[in-house]
Amino acid sequence: MTPRMTKLLLGLSAPVLALVAAFAITSLVLLIAGDPVGGVWGEILSVPEGRNIANIVNSASVLYLSGIAVAIGFRMNLFNIGVDGQYRVAAFTAAVVAGEAWLPGYLNTVLAIVCAMAVGALWAGIAGVLRATRGVSEVISTIMLNFIATSLVAFLLRKAAVREEGSNNIGTKEVPEGSRIPGISIGDGPGQEIYGFVIVAILVGVLYWFLLGSTRFGFDLRATGRSTTAAVASGISVTKMVVAAMLLSGAVAGLVGMPLLFGESYTYGSTFQSGLGFAGIAIALLGRNHPIGVAIGALLFAFLNEQSNPLQILVGVSPDIVAITQGVIVLTVVVSYELVRRYGVRLEQQSVARALESERKREEVTA
Amino acid sequence: MSVPATATGVPTGPETSPGTSTKRRIPRWAWFAVLPVVLLLLAVLELVTGAGDLTSSGTVRATLIATMPIMLAGLGGLWSERAGVVNIGLEGMMILGTFGAGYFGYHYGAWAGVLGAFALGAVGGLLHAVATVLFGVDHIISGVAINIIALGAVQYLASLTFAGLPGGGSTQSPKIPDVPSLTIGPLSDFLGDIEQDDWFFVSQVASVLRALVTNLSFLVIISLLLLVLTWYVLWRTSFGLRLRSCGESPAAAESLGVDVIRYKFIAVLMSGGLAGLAGGFLAMVASSNYRDGQTGGRGYIGLAAMIFGNWRPGGLLMGSGLFGYTETLGLRQGGTSVHALLLAVAVLGLVLAVLQARRGQVRAGVLIAVGAVVVGVVYFLIDEVPGDFTRMTPYVITLLVLAFASQRLRMPAADGQVYRRGSAG
Repeated sequence: MTPRMTKLLLGLSAPVLALVAAFAITSLVLLIAGDPVGGVWGEILSVPEGRNIANIVNSASVLYLSGIAVAIGFRMNLFNIGVDGQYRVAAFTAAVVAGEAWLPGYLNTVLAIVCAMAVGALWAGIAGVLRATRGVSEVISTIMLNFIATSLVAFLLRKAAVREEGSNNIGTKEVPEGSRIPGISIGDGPGQEIYGFVIVAILVGVLYWFLLGSTRFGFDLRATGRSTTAAVASGISVTKMVVAAMLLSGAVAGLVGMPLLFGESYTYGSTFQSGLGFAGIAIALLGRNHPIGVAIGALLFAFLNEQSNPLQILVGVSPDIVAITQGVIVLTVVVSYELVRRYGVRLEQQSVARALESERKREEVTA
Repeated sequence: MSVPATATGVPTGPETSPGTSTKRRIPRWAWFAVLPVVLLLLAVLELVTGAGDLTSSGTVRATLIATMPIMLAGLGGLWSERAGVVNIGLEGMMILGTFGAGYFGYHYGAWAGVLGAFALGAVGGLLHAVATVLFGVDHIISGVAINIIALGAVQYLASLTFAGLPGGGSTQSPKIPDVPSLTIGPLSDFLGDIEQDDWFFVSQVASVLRALVTNLSFLVIISLLLLVLTWYVLWRTSFGLRLRSCGESPAAAESLGVDVIRYKFIAVLMSGGLAGLAGGFLAMVASSNYRDGQTGGRGYIGLAAMIFGNWRPGGLLMGSGLFGYTETLGLRQGGTSVHALLLAVAVLGLVLAVLQARRGQVRAGVLIAVGAVVVGVVYFLIDEVPGDFTRMTPYVITLLVLAFASQRLRMPAADGQVYRRGSAG
């Protein structure tokens, strides 16, 4: 086997190992609880229909943005737990701006999205500045900012809201027809449309890949993440990088609510989806901060969520079982990458030892 | 991958070694003066603003009940971080605890519920210990994973075990029997009379004492004892010294013959158990059954309270008390009470500003003074603080305190670092 093949196989074996372990542990839980193991996996691993595929892609696009937002922080050794708060504040702002419709058509959409990114960046920036100037850990400050965001948005929503017809839910003014982002049809049936915003999510991924991999800024960011002392020695201002990374992470977090806002709900209300930030952390870990890895992670999580939905009706098992699978995957991915890395190192050492051995023998023969 | 080594606190500024420190050490008796001084300030505040609910015995009792889960979670954080393991999975372990209290409490009685909460939390701790100590997984990654797993597992288990029981369902357990509580009737009535009489300061003291002798749950007493016990074990025994040495310098500890891995394991197990107990407290004392989403992020707040308290039990108690108090005010007549607190913040801010300026830090002093004046203006402009803002209070206070005090905090030197056996060389 060529070294290249070995490397590829090793790279692939880690996530496969993690998945197998996670499935095994979940099955064990099901077995102990006395639930039908076969029935559950049969349902989850069945081929999704067109409508389900659309749902999977849609929720994956949202999770992807959240994952990328977290990943930007990770590359710099910053732990942005605050994506949750950032996207709420941002989505609310965008909903208000878009609902007011100061500009016509898509200009309105663009303005709202820019506002969302700015507000998300500002909200994350608070944590960035606190970390850079006062040494406050971003883990704690972003958690606090999450709670503050929840209350703040609830307060502002009550000020800005209009009551939805025939329900107790309150929400912002609806986004006008002309400013909505049309869906992309992937089939003929009803509900077979994916958000137009999916394209933006892909663009964000490409930009992330380019910015971190091919620009000076990206290099500085990764260098600071690897070693602060080395970064300082090479003239990077760590303070600036911390704030910049948080701003960037927050700006992407600001986009998390956009697919929902412009593609489905058209308003920010008390029922707007929450908890996407924490899923983003798991997905960034799963995808090892790589743009394609994060995409696979987001699709996997969305797949598990969507496929587990009918479990309660069909086999009488609570769909929360997949949360166990998802959490276990996060752990097993980290462990299996470490195990595979150690194995790879051992393989390399062996091949070097063999090469040296044959070299020595040849010398003995010629001597 | 490597995610942050400095997970919960970022040491900045020059380190002052204990020996050469010129900072005045606060004498130990000062700790006991904290409560009377706070009460005195609140009494003055009640007199000035006319807010009546700042120190009523109802508020004090609710504060105790709100404080304990946060304190227990923080205590859990203290155990594990003193041994060098960052535990952001406290939230998940608390969730496990709420379920444990619901399941064992309903089936086997109140004290079984308490033990069940502790045991299930410890299971979460075991998972964290295996992942971080044995497999060397990054502490924060493991913590996040545990939070996800615990939430899913508990929701799954709840719909498996509680659905169909009387009063139970997939999101809540049936009613759990109460943990016994303590009331000293005559004393309580006597103190109640004094509280009603509205004597300056005396009534405030009476209401605090009354809260302590009326319907005081044994779990509150146990929680406070656990705090004292933790302080004694960690700071006054050789076991505690070894455990803390694992958090400061595991390599040095191992070279002296301390079994670092074992100590870390014990610490994280204990941490999980205490966090589980915090969840049990929520389910059994703060309410009377397990409910989905009951913890509401208190695990994270416990972590914040511990950092606020500079990784020390006394500070932790103050931090969680602050949280518990502001949370309680938000729930009771929040509008007027928090409004009154604004005045206190403004005045204290001005005092702090003057102190800073006298110490030569003019810029910081001016900044604080401006902030205090703004708060003061807000106080005079509005009559009542909207409910959403009173709910925000504890978090805003934490942010402010961390922003102003984080340079004085010192976390265990090897906190959050993965240690492999034999690193001592």
